[in-house]
Amino acid sequence: MSRTRTPVVDGWFTGDGEDFRLLGTRCSACGSVFFPREDAFCRNPGCRGGELAEVPLSRHGRVWSYTDSQYRPPSPYVTDRELPWTPHALIAVELESERIVVLGQAVPGITVADLTVGMEVEVVPGVLHEDADTTWTTWHWRPTEVTA
Amino acid sequence: MTGEVAVLGAGMHPWGKWGRGFVEYGVVAARAALADAGVEWREVGSIVGADTVRGGYPGYVAGATFAKALGWQGARVASVYAACASGAQALDTARAQILSGLADVVLVVGADAAPKGFFRPAGGDRPDDPDWLRFRVLGATNPTYFGLYARRRMAVHGDTVDDFAQVKVKNAALGALNPNARYRKRVTAEEVAASAVVADPLRLLDICATSDGGAAVVLSSMEFARRHGAADPVRIRAVSTVTPRYPNTVLDLPDIATDSAVAVEPAAGTFRASIARAAYEEAGIGPEDLSLAEVYDLSTALELQWYEDLGLCEEGEAAKLLREGVTALGGRIPVNVSGGLASFGEAVPAQAIAQVCELTWQLRGSAGDRQVAGARVGITANQGLFGHGSSVIAVR
Repeated sequence: MSRTRTPVVDGWFTGDGEDFRLLGTRCSACGSVFFPREDAFCRNPGCRGGELAEVPLSRHGRVWSYTDSQYRPPSPYVTDRELPWTPHALIAVELESERIVVLGQAVPGITVADLTVGMEVEVVPGVLHEDADTTWTTWHWRPTEVTA
Repeated sequence: MTGEVAVLGAGMHPWGKWGRGFVEYGVVAARAALADAGVEWREVGSIVGADTVRGGYPGYVAGATFAKALGWQGARVASVYAACASGAQALDTARAQILSGLADVVLVVGADAAPKGFFRPAGGDRPDDPDWLRFRVLGATNPTYFGLYARRRMAVHGDTVDDFAQVKVKNAALGALNPNARYRKRVTAEEVAASAVVADPLRLLDICATSDGGAAVVLSSMEFARRHGAADPVRIRAVSTVTPRYPNTVLDLPDIATDSAVAVEPAAGTFRASIARAAYEEAGIGPEDLSLAEVYDLSTALELQWYEDLGLCEEGEAAKLLREGVTALGGRIPVNVSGGLASFGEAVPAQAIAQVCELTWQLRGSAGDRQVAGARVGITANQGLFGHGSSVIAVR
């Protein structure tokens, strides 16, 4: 039986392959962009509030900083305690046109040794974890010169 | 500038992993502060508790919990939660009551019995909580954020992992002199370098532990202090509890992203810098007036960041300040002479109060081997999850 592909959070990303994009919202009154999406109120204190419309974020950005998690994170992060822990890199990425920094996991196989601040990365679809019925999907950052 | 309130007494329960409830730690700290002040519990007109999320309802209603344990005596009560800034908001509440004439003497208490290992969010499936989301979606613990900040400093300012280690060396040497500290052993840079990486580039000895502990202070009006025979008490001159300004462009715990600066130009200076600036403005002093600072060294690298955010040096020059010994005991502006969180560990609602205890002892000249000579003005700096500023300025 094949597993259902389910986003780890609804409405944060969409698409496949080259069309994969993070989704934010933009205020029609002041132009502020929000990620994670803000659907109720514009958070700009100088804005009287407008419609918050869904907007795809830039696919590419530059590494603001990066680190990893050498110890297994606690719940609600889901890990298989039967398996040894493999650290993943976490990358904070600055998107130039939105002027926002978005944190995400690096694609599997990329470690902190592969990264530098200022390096260009792109957003790609990824798998967070799988259980019996579900493949939980997420976004990953991948250095653009890496094709793995 | 607001009026001043007196710090009549300060007390702690030693920090560590004691395996007992937070109420016990708080009561021990409270009794120590009352004894130090020479004030009877029955004379206290108001008690303010800094909340912990542990212990269920008793933790969420810490003011009444401590009041009950000390013996109900009818005092006004308040409980405040502001994550790591809970203690500062408790002090702020107490101060406001005194300055407004609602109370003459207020007992402020914070205590915690922290779990081992990483802090984690409250249980349940809660996708509307940013703190839950960062764990669920990214596995991003507190140390991963400290790692991000540390790596950023290395890339932008040229800090090295040895600079970070030297912060630990400094604070551990001071913690060794403090009977209330959990870790009382000197540490070498080699030991830091040999400890396991937790969140690159930070190692176990770069990151503060979780601890049990308690801290309390007795605050009063200046008039009460005079009547009480305290002619020249340590005074609190400022309490900064500010929120950030939109757009907040430095990635902050527990958020997955910053605000976007595309529509609104960011204000000059970061949120952390604005915490100190608000305190300086309220106190009518500047960084050049300080005798010492107690800052929130969740990681060694974060202590360096505070040097800049407090205005002890220009941006990017913190490591230089450290290397020159300016922030060591005997330097121009000693930082974390208590030993800091490096030596205490986190007992969340107690730590901002504990910083004020240290200022009190330093400004009285009663800090023993770790005394800053001639201390007259001290600042604390702290930051609470979800946008709670925290800084206190005390003077003598």
